[in-house]
Amino acid sequence: MQTTNFLKPNRDNIKNYSIIGTFLILVSLIDVISNAFLRINLTSFLPGSLTTLFPLIIGLIGLHMMRIDYSGNKTLDLLNKNINTNNFNAVLTLLILFSIIKALPQSLSWMIFDATISGDSKDACTGTGACWTYIKVWFRRFMYGMYPNEFHWRINTAFILVIALGFVGYFMKENLKKYLALYYVIIYPVIAYLVIYYLISGGSFGLQWVETGAWGGLSLTFIVSFFCLIFCFPLGMIFALGRRSNLPAIKYISICYIEFWRGVPLITVLFMSSVMFPMFLPEDFFMDKLVRVIIAITLFEAAYCAEVIRGGLQSLPRGQYDAAKSLGMGYWKMHIFVILPQALKLVIPGIANTFLALVKDTPLIFVVGLAELAGMLALAKTNPKWLGFAMEGYIFASIIFWIICYAMSKYSYNLEAKYKTER
Amino acid sequence: MSDPIIKIQNMNKWFGDFQVLKNINLEVEANKKIVVCGPSGSGKSTLIRCINRLEEHQEGDIIVDGNELSEKTKDIEKIRAEVGMVFQQFNLFPHLSILDNCTLAPIWVKKMPKKEAQELALDQLKKVQIDDQANKFPGQLSGGQQQRCAIARALCMQPKIMLFDEPTSALDPEMIKEVLDAMVSLAKGGMTMIVVTHEMGFAKEVADEVIFMDEGMIIEKADTKEFFANPKSDRTKLFLSQIL
Repeated sequence: MQTTNFLKPNRDNIKNYSIIGTFLILVSLIDVISNAFLRINLTSFLPGSLTTLFPLIIGLIGLHMMRIDYSGNKTLDLLNKNINTNNFNAVLTLLILFSIIKALPQSLSWMIFDATISGDSKDACTGTGACWTYIKVWFRRFMYGMYPNEFHWRINTAFILVIALGFVGYFMKENLKKYLALYYVIIYPVIAYLVIYYLISGGSFGLQWVETGAWGGLSLTFIVSFFCLIFCFPLGMIFALGRRSNLPAIKYISICYIEFWRGVPLITVLFMSSVMFPMFLPEDFFMDKLVRVIIAITLFEAAYCAEVIRGGLQSLPRGQYDAAKSLGMGYWKMHIFVILPQALKLVIPGIANTFLALVKDTPLIFVVGLAELAGMLALAKTNPKWLGFAMEGYIFASIIFWIICYAMSKYSYNLEAKYKTER
Repeated sequence: MSDPIIKIQNMNKWFGDFQVLKNINLEVEANKKIVVCGPSGSGKSTLIRCINRLEEHQEGDIIVDGNELSEKTKDIEKIRAEVGMVFQQFNLFPHLSILDNCTLAPIWVKKMPKKEAQELALDQLKKVQIDDQANKFPGQLSGGQQQRCAIARALCMQPKIMLFDEPTSALDPEMIKEVLDAMVSLAKGGMTMIVVTHEMGFAKEVADEVIFMDEGMIIEKADTKEFFANPKSDRTKLFLSQIL
């Protein structure tokens, strides 16, 4: 029987190696876990810095033992291929693992075990953990802003209606499908606007008028994002086509537009829309601040959309244009049936990117006094009764924004998969 | 002798400072088959791309089916609809199925009812023997099948003239034959064809006339038999000796 060289693991003694290796890794993990959760230092008998490094060294030796090429064991091969390719990667793996274990107890106890959620005033929050009572008490404000409590049903109903109308496209009959684009680009935004105007603003049908200054919270985030998304896409498409036009006037107008809006920061655009713009308007002409802000963001994001879409248009081979032309299609038929369907499919990831950025830019409207979700947080944290809970608020807002954005990016992946017909 | 369907007179074309086509004169009568050959860069493709105005010429006249092509031509789409074109790289629309590729232009350009267009398309696909692939997408087909589909797509517009721009140059050798077969049967059906190709076998079998081009000029234009039996210019002789 040949002797086992523990410094050079090989296939022949795979059992010995993997058992010893697993054991050593377990020891290192137990040491770290007991240290993190139970605050017991199992290796206190070791001198100074060796105590801290002990789990790392033991774990590294363990991983080294298990690093056998083509071991035949699927789990082991997967492990070696992905996180244990060499000593450096092994150290990184262990460090990441240890950091997570170390951070877990503190964050868990802050967020869950020591946290408070009962009660309805600041006095309830006596623990050392998070004060979710704050979120609970302010929840309606975060969702609806300063909108009067008794009218919240109006916002909910309006949203349900708008979402339902958005799904109409799915259930359209086959012979109406050709009007789908028309519906989503023109009819749907108009209906949505009317629904939101009459239900949320009120002022007629016996509903009390609520001015837009009172709107806020997550619902405002949705309203602003919704209208900006739905308008900036077709507008961007027009400017993308315009920039590639053969007509010099259209081409240079598009270039000027795109370069102007891409060159100015959104925050100045918002200031201009709310402070400067009204000065240029005639005395008796009134345009609501929210509408002005939505128009400003739409124009701003349309420039970005235009460049993304232009990228897609440029990536199409010239042969597609030639083929469409040679079949007798004019400019619009060629673009509607041949060029845009292909180009838009190519730019789904880029468009999703722009849209996500747009949603996350909406908090900027706080600078002109419109408080959507993040804006409401900023107001709430300066409330004298509730000082010192900014952390909870921002975690709450982050989670909500993350959910919205993740859902959007998932949807964009679905679209990509749905329209993948070639290659 | 009937009026020529395509008439090109003293045509010159430049790409920037470079003159690609020099003093081209060409008349094509209806139902004639013309093969254009010559070394690469000689302007053959540019010449036939000028005939449906995918390229613009700067001097001279091009008259297609009685319509003069110039900047003033308003209904260029109408003329293009009469002139079918097949490209080297097939240029099928990858987002549409084979059947939709064929019906798109008849439905939207010729305003044909959808059902009629589909019947026509299936008929044309059957002629090039890929009617069984009608519901697949271009990406799922071989090069030869794609090129045959491109021929069917052009024929669905029921053109008076068909232009072929090196239709077999991007194909594997064993697929060239199936595409050439489709073109031969189209030629026997009486279509007016202008074919840019290096397939001299095809030229001998089908062409009424062969045109040899070099450096943007038409060097030689002769009946097919005459062209291959005793070419006049030295340049043609050299080219034929290399290619045959």
